[in-house]
Amino acid sequence: MSAATAANPLYRARKRQNALLLFVSFVALAFGLFWLVWILGTLFYEGGAALLRATLYYQMTPPPGSDGGLANAIAGSLVLVTTGTLLGTPVGILAGTYLAEYGKSNWLASATRFLNDVLLSAPSIVIGLFVYSVYVARVQHFSGWAGAFALSLIVIPVVVRTTDDMLKLVPNSLREAAIALGAPMWKVILMVTYRAARAGIVTGILLAIARISGETAPLLFTALNNQFWSLDMGKPMSNLPTVIFQFAMSPYADWQRLAWGGAALITLAVLALNIVARLALQRKE
Amino acid sequence: MEATSSTTGRPLIRTAARGAPARAPSELPPKLKVRNLDFYYGHYHALKNISLDIPENRVTAFIGPSGCGKSTLLRTFNRMYSLYPDQRAEGEVILDDVNLLSMTKDLPLIRAKIGMVFQKPTPFPMSIYDNIAFGVRLFERLTRRQMDERVEWALTRAALWTEVKGKLDQSGNSLSGGQQQRLCIARCIAIKPELLLLDEPCSALDPISTTRIEELITELKNDYTVVIVTHNMQQAARVSDYTAYMYLGELIEFGDTDSLFIKPQRKQTEDYITGRFG
Repeated sequence: MSAATAANPLYRARKRQNALLLFVSFVALAFGLFWLVWILGTLFYEGGAALLRATLYYQMTPPPGSDGGLANAIAGSLVLVTTGTLLGTPVGILAGTYLAEYGKSNWLASATRFLNDVLLSAPSIVIGLFVYSVYVARVQHFSGWAGAFALSLIVIPVVVRTTDDMLKLVPNSLREAAIALGAPMWKVILMVTYRAARAGIVTGILLAIARISGETAPLLFTALNNQFWSLDMGKPMSNLPTVIFQFAMSPYADWQRLAWGGAALITLAVLALNIVARLALQRKE
Repeated sequence: MEATSSTTGRPLIRTAARGAPARAPSELPPKLKVRNLDFYYGHYHALKNISLDIPENRVTAFIGPSGCGKSTLLRTFNRMYSLYPDQRAEGEVILDDVNLLSMTKDLPLIRAKIGMVFQKPTPFPMSIYDNIAFGVRLFERLTRRQMDERVEWALTRAALWTEVKGKLDQSGNSLSGGQQQRLCIARCIAIKPELLLLDEPCSALDPISTTRIEELITELKNDYTVVIVTHNMQQAARVSDYTAYMYLGELIEFGDTDSLFIKPQRKQTEDYITGRFG
């Protein structure tokens, strides 16, 4: 008779293990979701009302006690994040391409990968201090450029890492097939491997954007803040994270409300960006 | 007088393994000559002193158990191994009086002359049309109209045109496995290579797709020299004119397909084709 019966002790033990592991997984899932829901719930409970007020989007950050919005901070954040992404992404993609396609595992690539991982996990305040000491302290004033530069230093390691990883996932057979047709390496990369890895590389860029959208520490030392509307990259520039930091720490209820509104706004903007990018990618595929 | 095969009337060729190169019959000019070829993966000696002639406008099949070096041999013909720094080849592979192994530059020109189709279908992540046009654009500047014609020509030859003509702008990945492999063959012949290397092109395909590709190979040999690596001995017997049996990196026997299968000269070949091992 076959040993595979429902009463088989090995089989029963395996079933018990399965049930136990499934239970533990569910508990872990619930634990994670619990905090996430709480955070998002609080955010929109506190910030929802502020989000719905039109003044948030066209009035400047106010002095305590008077009515105002976050227009200058929103504009500043858009400029800083866009510039930071535009500065960091090409460098990141090119470096990641070198690592995955050319360097592979030579000493330069291995060293670069190691240093990149260090940079990836470096506290962002270190980046802020670095830009402060090499740039802001020299020119003696805070500026949008310094802020964008600091943000780009955060973008680079994220994009390098994801580009490297995603290109490595592209099967060699695809490269060989293109090379077998007589295509030079650069054309293979541009026309074939980038396309094959596109979704992953874009995800990496989105991750980087999401990360720098909320970064406060590097901006405190670089772009600082500005109470007024300014898109001059040579001057201090207002931005949402610093305003949230400043307003949330303040004792004024109206400032605190604006801080919640700003936090909810960043969250929604990152969410919207992700959805749009995913839809666009899906349509292309 | 040279002996001829009783069934096909093809001239018989025979190799003395590990000795003089296996020559193609005199009336068939060799397209590719391999002389004293050794190949190494790092320190591993994967091909040992291979010499043979691949006859022009014929189908030559390489058979042998896994790991015997069939695919490795194929990958020396278009210098594919050069992509990997720890792989090297010694000896000569001569195409049109040029030793491919000693070339240091212009490898893309070689590869454009020698098409290769791989075991697994490898459609590029682009439209069916662009899959074909990609290779053509590398060396030819065609008008839109000429390119349309070339794409249709290549897909027709690969027996895929009727199935895809209405959806050329769809992704190559949307096709079935068999269609993808025919797309890869179409992509390959679109650049009009002189030599076509097929590395187990049917191993991932169902019998119907396999039959279509085999018919295609038979038809292609009128214009191309075809080299096919296969695990499937029936396939070698069906499609090839000449067959080489390889074992552990050595060329054991090379001759016209009928005699090799019906009356192998060496015991090892006989054991393999009768299924006594491998």
